[in-house]
Amino acid sequence: MASKPQDLDSLVGQTYRHGFVTDIDSDTVPPGLDEDVIRLISRKKGEPAFLVDWRLKSFRHWQTMREPHWAHVRYPPIDYQAISYYSAPRASSEGPKSLADVDPKLLATYDKLGVPLHERARLAGVAVDAVFDSVSVATTFKARLAEAGVIFCPFSDAVREHPALVEQYLGSVVPPTDNFFAALNSAVFTDGSFVYLPKGVRCPMELSTYFRINAAKTGQFERTLIIADEGSHVSYLEGCTAPMRDENQLHAAVVELVALADANIKYSTVQNWYPGDEHGVGGIYNFVTKRGECRGANSRISWTQVETGSAITWKYPSCVLIGENSVGEFYSVAVANHYQQADTGTKMIHVGRNTRSTIVSKGISAGQAQNSYRGLVKILASADGARNYTQCDSLLMSDRCGAHTFPYIEVKNPTATVEHEATTSKIGEDQLFYCLQRGLSQEDAVNMIVSGFCKSVFKELPMEFAVEAQNLLAVSLEGAVG
Amino acid sequence: MSSIAKGDLILEIADLAVEVQGRLILDGVSLAVRAGEVHAIMGPNGAGKSTLSQLLAGRSGYEVKRGTVRFLGEDLLALPAEERARRGLFLGFQYPVEIPGVNNVYLLKAALNAQRRQHHLPEVDAFDFLGLVRDKMRLMQIDESFLGRGVNEGFSGGEKKRNEILQMMVLEPTLAILDETDSGLDIDALKVVANGVNSLRRDDRAVVLVTHYQRLLDHIVPDRVHVLAGGRILKSGDRNLALELERRGYDWVRHEASAA
Repeated sequence: MASKPQDLDSLVGQTYRHGFVTDIDSDTVPPGLDEDVIRLISRKKGEPAFLVDWRLKSFRHWQTMREPHWAHVRYPPIDYQAISYYSAPRASSEGPKSLADVDPKLLATYDKLGVPLHERARLAGVAVDAVFDSVSVATTFKARLAEAGVIFCPFSDAVREHPALVEQYLGSVVPPTDNFFAALNSAVFTDGSFVYLPKGVRCPMELSTYFRINAAKTGQFERTLIIADEGSHVSYLEGCTAPMRDENQLHAAVVELVALADANIKYSTVQNWYPGDEHGVGGIYNFVTKRGECRGANSRISWTQVETGSAITWKYPSCVLIGENSVGEFYSVAVANHYQQADTGTKMIHVGRNTRSTIVSKGISAGQAQNSYRGLVKILASADGARNYTQCDSLLMSDRCGAHTFPYIEVKNPTATVEHEATTSKIGEDQLFYCLQRGLSQEDAVNMIVSGFCKSVFKELPMEFAVEAQNLLAVSLEGAVG
Repeated sequence: MSSIAKGDLILEIADLAVEVQGRLILDGVSLAVRAGEVHAIMGPNGAGKSTLSQLLAGRSGYEVKRGTVRFLGEDLLALPAEERARRGLFLGFQYPVEIPGVNNVYLLKAALNAQRRQHHLPEVDAFDFLGLVRDKMRLMQIDESFLGRGVNEGFSGGEKKRNEILQMMVLEPTLAILDETDSGLDIDALKVVANGVNSLRRDDRAVVLVTHYQRLLDHIVPDRVHVLAGGRILKSGDRNLALELERRGYDWVRHEASAA
C-alpha cells in the first residue's frame, strides 16, 4: 500500500476547549414561566412600569403563537416550562463597583476563555461589557466613552439611566409580535448591551461583549439595542463561548440596530457556543433574531458573522433599507461539523430609493452536519434603482454532510438589479495532496484551504477578530475531511 | 542536511508493481537514481509515467502489489506524503491545482518552514523569506504581482509551471520529480523553466524528468534516459536514446523488448 489514507474520522474527536463550568452560587428562579415569573424578573431588575407592561404584553402574545418549524433543522420538542428564566451571580444585588469587586472566579473564567478583561481591554483598546449568565458584571472604559458622549452599558443600566431612549427604540426594529422567539425574548429577557451614539460621534474604540452561558438548564435571553444617531459611526464586536453541557440549552436573543441618516453600524460576531459532542449529544440551540434598520439617508449597516458553534443555529441578521442610498451588508461564514445544524442567512428589505445590499455567504459542512443558507432579497415598489449582489458558496468536507441553499427573491420594482451567484464544491483531494506534497500537515492544509475559501468574509472582520475567527475555524474543523 | 555526496543512492526502485482500481499499471519497474544525476523518463501515453510520479510523491489510491522503493535509505512507501516532502522529495505537478484565496507566498513559506522544522532549523521570518523569494522570482521571470495572488489562481498554463519551478527552487529538494513540466510551454517559457532546473543541479541532489518530448532535454541535458512502456522500463541509455526516440518513436523499443 503506497500511502494509506489516514483514518480521518479518528482525528475528529477534538474536545471542546471552552468546556468547563464555574462553580458560583447562582440566584436562580425555579423552572417555569407565567406572568408571576415575568413580574419577578422585572422586580429583581427594578424596572419601570412601561417595561413590565411591555413584557407582559409580549408574553400574552407569545402564548398565542406556535414554535416555527420551517427551518431545515430537527430537534426534539422544547419544554418551555422546564427552563429557568432568571439566573444571576449572588453578589449582583449590590453590583460590582469595579473589577476589584468582581468575583475572582468569574475573572478566572474569562482568563480561561482568553478574555482577561483588564489586560486585554487595555492592550486592545476595547471596552468590554461582560455578560456572565444573565447579569453584567463589569464594564470598562466607561469614562472614555462618556467623554465622547457614547452610552455603552448593560441593558438593565440603560433601563434605569436612559429610560426614554429605551422606551423609544425597544422593539421598534423587532417588535414582540415578530416571531415566536422574539416574543419569548421580549417577555423574559434579562440583560444584554445598550449602545447609543449621539449625532456626529465616531466611537473612539471598538465595542465588545462576551456572552457566556453558565448555569445548567438556564435559558439565556439577551437583548441588545444599538442606536446610531445622525452621522455617527460604531463598530461592535460580539464573541461567544460556553462551557460543556449534556443538556441542550435554549438561547433566544434579540439584537436591534437603528441607523439614522449618515450613520454607520458595523456588527461583527464570532459565535463559538458548545456544538454538542461528536454523537450530536448536547449543545446550544441558538434561535436568534437580529435586525437593523437603516432609517436615514446614506446610512449603512454591516453584519459580519463567523458561526462555528451551537447544535442548532437559526439566525438571519437582516437589514431594512428605508433611507435613500442606504446600504446593507451581510458577510457570513457558517461552519457545521458532526451533527450540527445551521439554517442561517439574511434578509435585505429594500424600501428606499437607490438602496444597495451585498450578501456574501460561505457555508462549510463537515461530518454529518447540515448547513443551509436561507436568504431573502425583497425589493419594494418604492425602491427605485435598488441593487443587490448575492454570492453564496458552499464547501463540503465529507460525503455525509449536506449543503442547502434557499434563496428567495421578490422584486416589485422594474428598475432594480438583483444578482445571485452560488457554488457548491467538495474540498479538493487535489488541493489537499498538493499541500501535503509541499510538506504541510493534513490539518494545516485543511485550515489553509478553508481560510482561503472564507477570505472574502474574514477581511471584513476587525483585525483581532479575524485572527480569533481563523483559530476557531481551525479548532472546529480539526480532522474534518473525510 | 547535506551529508549527501555525489554518487550516493538517492532513489532506489526495485521490481515495483502497482495497481490502480484493479488494473496493473506498473509491472516490475526498477530504477536507481544517484546524487548529482538527472534522469529522464520517457514513454508513450498511458505508459504509467504519471502513476510512477504520483506514487513516489505519496498520493493515495495506488496499490503496491510488489517491490520496494527506498529514498535516502528509508522505506519511502511507509512514509505519508508530507513526510516525504519534508525529507526533500518534491513533485512538480503536471496540472498544478488552484487554491482560491490562499496566498502563493503563504503556502510557500509554510512549505519551507515545514521542511526546516524537519531539519531542526529555525523558521524563516516573513522578511527574510520575501527576500529569498524575490531573488528566485527574478530568475523565473515571475512578476511581482504574483506575491499577492492566490495559489495558481487564474494563472495561465505557463505561469503554473513556472510557479512549480519557483517552489522547487525555494524548497531546494534532494530529489525533484518533474511530471511533464514542459507540456503546454512555449519555447521562451521552456527556456526559463530549464534555467530554473539547471540552477538547482548540484552534486548532492538529483532530478527525475518525466516527459513525452525530447525538446526539454535540449535545455536540461540528462545523464540517463529511460523508456517506460507497458508498465516497465524497457530500455535505458544516455541522452542519445532520447534523440533516437524523437526520430523513431517508441514502437521499435517495444519490439526490441519483446524480441529479447
